[in-house]
Amino acid sequence: MRKTYGDVVAVDRLDLEVGAGEFFTLLGPSGSGKTTTLRLIAGFELPTAGSVLLDGADVSRLPPYGRDVNTVFQDYALFPHMSVGDNVGYGLMVRRVPKKERAARVSEALEMVRLPGYEKRRPGQLSGGQRQRIALARALVNRPRVLLLDEPLGALDLKLREQMQIELKGIQKDVGITFLFVTHDQDEALTMSDRMAVFNDGRIEQAGTPAEVYESPATAFVAGFVGTSNLITGEVARAITGADGTFTVRPEKIHLAEPGDEPDPDRYSAEGIVSEVVYLGVNTRYIVQLAAGGELVVVQQNQATSSMQALAARGRQVRLVWDRHHNRPVGGADRKNEVKEIPA
Amino acid sequence: MTASASAAGPAGVRRRLSAFLFRRRRLKLSLLLLPPLGWIVVVYIAALAVLLLTSLWVEDELSGRILHTFTLDNFRQLWDDPTNRTITRNTLGMAIAVTITDALLAFPLAYYMVRLASPRMRALLFVGVLMPLWSSYLIKAYTWRLITAYDGPLNWALGKIGLGPYHIAYSYTAMWLAFSYMWLPYMVLPVYAALERVPASFLEASSDLGGRAWITFRKVIWPLALPGIAAGSIFTFSLTLGDYVLPDLVGGNNHDFIGNVIFRFQGVAQNVPYAAAFACVPVVIVIAYLMLMKRLGAFEAL
Repeated sequence: MRKTYGDVVAVDRLDLEVGAGEFFTLLGPSGSGKTTTLRLIAGFELPTAGSVLLDGADVSRLPPYGRDVNTVFQDYALFPHMSVGDNVGYGLMVRRVPKKERAARVSEALEMVRLPGYEKRRPGQLSGGQRQRIALARALVNRPRVLLLDEPLGALDLKLREQMQIELKGIQKDVGITFLFVTHDQDEALTMSDRMAVFNDGRIEQAGTPAEVYESPATAFVAGFVGTSNLITGEVARAITGADGTFTVRPEKIHLAEPGDEPDPDRYSAEGIVSEVVYLGVNTRYIVQLAAGGELVVVQQNQATSSMQALAARGRQVRLVWDRHHNRPVGGADRKNEVKEIPA
Repeated sequence: MTASASAAGPAGVRRRLSAFLFRRRRLKLSLLLLPPLGWIVVVYIAALAVLLLTSLWVEDELSGRILHTFTLDNFRQLWDDPTNRTITRNTLGMAIAVTITDALLAFPLAYYMVRLASPRMRALLFVGVLMPLWSSYLIKAYTWRLITAYDGPLNWALGKIGLGPYHIAYSYTAMWLAFSYMWLPYMVLPVYAALERVPASFLEASSDLGGRAWITFRKVIWPLALPGIAAGSIFTFSLTLGDYVLPDLVGGNNHDFIGNVIFRFQGVAQNVPYAAAFACVPVVIVIAYLMLMKRLGAFEAL
């Protein structure tokens, strides 16, 4: 599938298959084409080339009301002049579902999002989290084959967001509807998805289960966007592994050890000086200047370390060690010839 | 010592005053609101009170002097004269017709401006809508007299497409055309404002939930635009109701509005109490109309 606006290519050579009943996440930075993809599936945009298939049937040219797909909007898009009950029942009203059945299904949907008895309220009287649930109920009450969610948790505060992540996942399991979830938050993607696709520049860089994407990032971009990663190239890579090639290693896989310890043949190691220590409560982030050049980020849990001990590591000579299988070769060796960290 | 004291003098007074006002918010607010409130009370309310009072006085038929005795004679006389009832009905009918016409014209235009027009086109349309307000009311009234004349451009244009000529000049049709033109901007702007407050996602949500264009219009766009239409209708309705220049210039001699009768009674016949009594009629109609529009949410949309 392909979508362009004038000269701007929003989505390019997109090929994605989502299984029935899957919780599938489209993850990527803003402007990477994930929301455009969602809008193409919903029918708000028409593809420039390619097609959208729903259960094998081509729906690419159908208007939104002709597709068995519903959307939870980023701004919820609840109708302010209608009660919560009328909002949730809107899709049923449009499809001429009899009043009695409508009322029953609305109250059932409200129960599912844990807001029973809210029919008479107005959207304006609800909190952000409640509005989010109503928007979810309004989409789910129609029992679509696919539910599209466009960063639905973006406007909620952290605690509520984490709670909603778990609830959403639970609701999805209960109803068995395919969820297509757009987010730029990698934690959200890792928490909720059965499978996920990482978007960049209108293309999918990698698709797979959260564990696959996190543990074996296919490209340098994925390594940097999903979690934090050290990208090691060129001279430094050769100094550490003895071979050419670019690889990434997750900061939490690297251990701090005393300099001069006996090197283990199953492990890679590199010597350096701790140049910066950031104490983060649960763990501590160390930035180590390597003797071979460049720097590596190391994250260690503060299981037995106090903040005083952690901070005292600054300026210390250390040896970094990690298991060989944590080195992940990635494409993109044409990048800059230096060790660098890609910020998350 | 004395030098520093005198230097601190005026500034010190100012600072003390501002601190004093800062502590007394109500006093500060009162001082700020005194001029506008005074203006409203003296110029608006008092004038209306005088009008009401005058309507209860009566003109002595022989001397033509105004007798300051309270009586409802003027209203009785007003009610008993069938001509007045016809004129009131005609005025009211025109106000309603113009309001409906402007609503029908303004809605698609405002919708196009909000949803579909490019920024450039939108600016152009804004200028187009507002431009008539830059020129004099009288010029526009005279222009419509020319346009609707028997050998005027309207009949010429109709002739080009094989219609007419019609006797539009000095008729209710001519007035209806002129009024609808005159007040259209006052309808477009509030409807535009109301439609602009409807996010695109509402329309997408309605469509996503299965609503075709007609349902989306009836259930989402229309109810949300209604306060704007009601707000605009307050202008088109009351401006038409109170006008007396256009009926004279475009409507000619045989199409009196309430305003023309009032004008004649106080200007020509010098019967100010009777004119005042008749002037209460549009006031009452407008008050009733405002109450009706309030229920449609017009005041939230202004």
